[in-house]
Amino acid sequence: MNAPSEFLDYGPDALILAGLNGRNWGLGDYIARGGYEALKKILAEKVAPANVIAEVKKSGLRGRGGAGFPTGLKWSFMPQQYSGDKYLVCNSDEGEPGTFKDRDILRYNPHILIEGMAIAAYAMGCKRGYNYVHGEIWDTYERCEEALEEAYQAGLLGDNILGSGFSFHLYNCHGYGAYICGEETALLESLEGKKGMPRFKPPFPASVGMYGKPTTINNTETFAAVPWIIRKGGEAFLNLGRPNNGGTKIFSVTGDVERPGNFEVKLGLPFASLLDMAGGMRGGHKLKACIPGGSSMPVLPADIMMATDMDYDSIAKAGSMLGSGAVIIMDETRCMVRSLLRLSYFYFEESCGQCTPCREGTGWLWRVVNRIEHGQGRNEDLDLLISVSDNIAGRTICALGDAAALPVKSFIKHFRDEFQYHIDHKQCLVPAYV
Amino acid sequence: MCRALRTGSLVNRLIMLSSDALKRIDREIAKYPPEHRQSAVIAALAIAQDEHAWLSTETMDFVAHYLGMPPIAVYEVATFYEMFDTEPTGKYKLTICTNLPCALSSAAQAAAHLKQKLGIDFGETTADGLFTLKEGECFGACGDAPVVLVNNKRMCSWMKPEQLDGLIAELSAEAKR
Ligand SMILES: Cc1cc2nc3c(=O)[nH]c(=O)nc-3n(C[C@H](O)[C@H](O)[C@H](O)COP(=O)(O)O)c2cc1C
Ligand code: FES
Repeated sequence: MNAPSEFLDYGPDALILAGLNGRNWGLGDYIARGGYEALKKILAEKVAPANVIAEVKKSGLRGRGGAGFPTGLKWSFMPQQYSGDKYLVCNSDEGEPGTFKDRDILRYNPHILIEGMAIAAYAMGCKRGYNYVHGEIWDTYERCEEALEEAYQAGLLGDNILGSGFSFHLYNCHGYGAYICGEETALLESLEGKKGMPRFKPPFPASVGMYGKPTTINNTETFAAVPWIIRKGGEAFLNLGRPNNGGTKIFSVTGDVERPGNFEVKLGLPFASLLDMAGGMRGGHKLKACIPGGSSMPVLPADIMMATDMDYDSIAKAGSMLGSGAVIIMDETRCMVRSLLRLSYFYFEESCGQCTPCREGTGWLWRVVNRIEHGQGRNEDLDLLISVSDNIAGRTICALGDAAALPVKSFIKHFRDEFQYHIDHKQCLVPAYV
Repeated sequence: MCRALRTGSLVNRLIMLSSDALKRIDREIAKYPPEHRQSAVIAALAIAQDEHAWLSTETMDFVAHYLGMPPIAVYEVATFYEMFDTEPTGKYKLTICTNLPCALSSAAQAAAHLKQKLGIDFGETTADGLFTLKEGECFGACGDAPVVLVNNKRMCSWMKPEQLDGLIAELSAEAKR
């Protein structure tokens, strides 16, 4: 694994990424950090599955994959009395531009995911689980395979785990380059060996999921938070963050900062402190804009961002979303038209083509932004962009449509003058952008 | 095409892959319930592509036969997922992520450097058949920008022009051996 200058200081409040140096990923090291204690505890004490779910509910843990849905509540949707197969799926298909936190969990602390999934499987009565890893991170996938082998060898996975009578078989599998497969029902299609085209909901996966069976899908970081919650209690986790925003969250910081990287902090940390952890603005430049939750979320200008705390509710109040926790920082030399152009191209490229508003609309958005960027913008284009966005959002099977539309609307809302300047003067307001 | 569409025809039954590749595919199939061999199709195609460098219709037909799938269902998968190549590529396929977070850490310059150095654009292959250049979308490794993937599997991080030159030199030398 290449590691010229990997930065492994995830911050003083890290739980999931605490004590990692890039080499201590193995089973022995994980156990020395208190690993598998939570799983052993619930198996030894035969804790009722409902109580495990109750503890997770109490923790205020919300899904770390993008939508922020309360995890305990999601788990409670799984039919407890159902006697057939039930599946557990981990969404490690991290492909939201700006996000690279799951990769660090998977390669530097893979057993925390295995333990979290085993506990979740116990709580929901799942006998089989799949960890779907993003196709581009091959060495990380191989690391996951090694860790899984260690866990099976140690009797922590498989039949009759630690003599408890509880069985759980976990497998790793991988995608091969399709952003849409991060969407949970597209991921299920992919797991079934098909094109990753999202399914219509309802029915939700808890009723009809993998192979048509009840299935729960969570993000890697969501599962990784579970062992700590079981060990220290839901209340303790909740108290780390804020009401309705429990625990720590890993933020992937990229862009114009001195030290891009992952930082695991208590939810509710002021944005300015996170920026400091990332070494501050690169080369002493000024903050212009920030996308606080991955490329699918609305962009916010510097003044709003600097007054915002990093938790689900605060960022929503500021007009964006915490999303996947990818914080993309842009300084005053960046052109907002050019930035939006690259994002629009991405959604156009990655639309699966199933829904007409998304298939046609994403291409339309990209072409219009493209002509504005290249000095051929028309006066009516900004209204056109808003109108096309409005006609995509909320009219598609999955949220990729919204993901394409939200950035467009927010870029125009906050930086309209820059777009107008491009149209009026056929050139850029910030020509220094490279 | 016609011939390929006939499931069970002779070509489907010709063993297109090494026994080692078949062993690896069997391992993938075993991860799923026996009635769901199709679930292993992405893994099987990836293994097949590693062996043949790209996925010809014959190779895909073989995978279809092996997994008990209609060939068309395999073509659908092979053409949906970006990392599969259904046409020949250069010996080394270099994919560089140019999405916004990477672009903010000089991925665009890195891409321009590669294009200039190899004398090709995205989607093209050098005349000597050594290098194919592709534009990629987020690899989930944005903190390491610029990031280049070599033949899908090897990720190279922090690829400034100097490191890119080193990579090209290394691969060119390897090809000569
Ligand atoms: C286009 C699109 C891409 C997504 N990509 C991811 C992803 O890469 N990783 C992820 O965990 N969730 C992703 N999601 C969200 C998932 O659909 C799902 O909400 C999530 O995996 C649920 O896990 P959580 O509740 O633990 O967050 C994506 C959603 C959409 C619409
Ligand atoms: S944006 Fe390039 S790897 Fe994520």
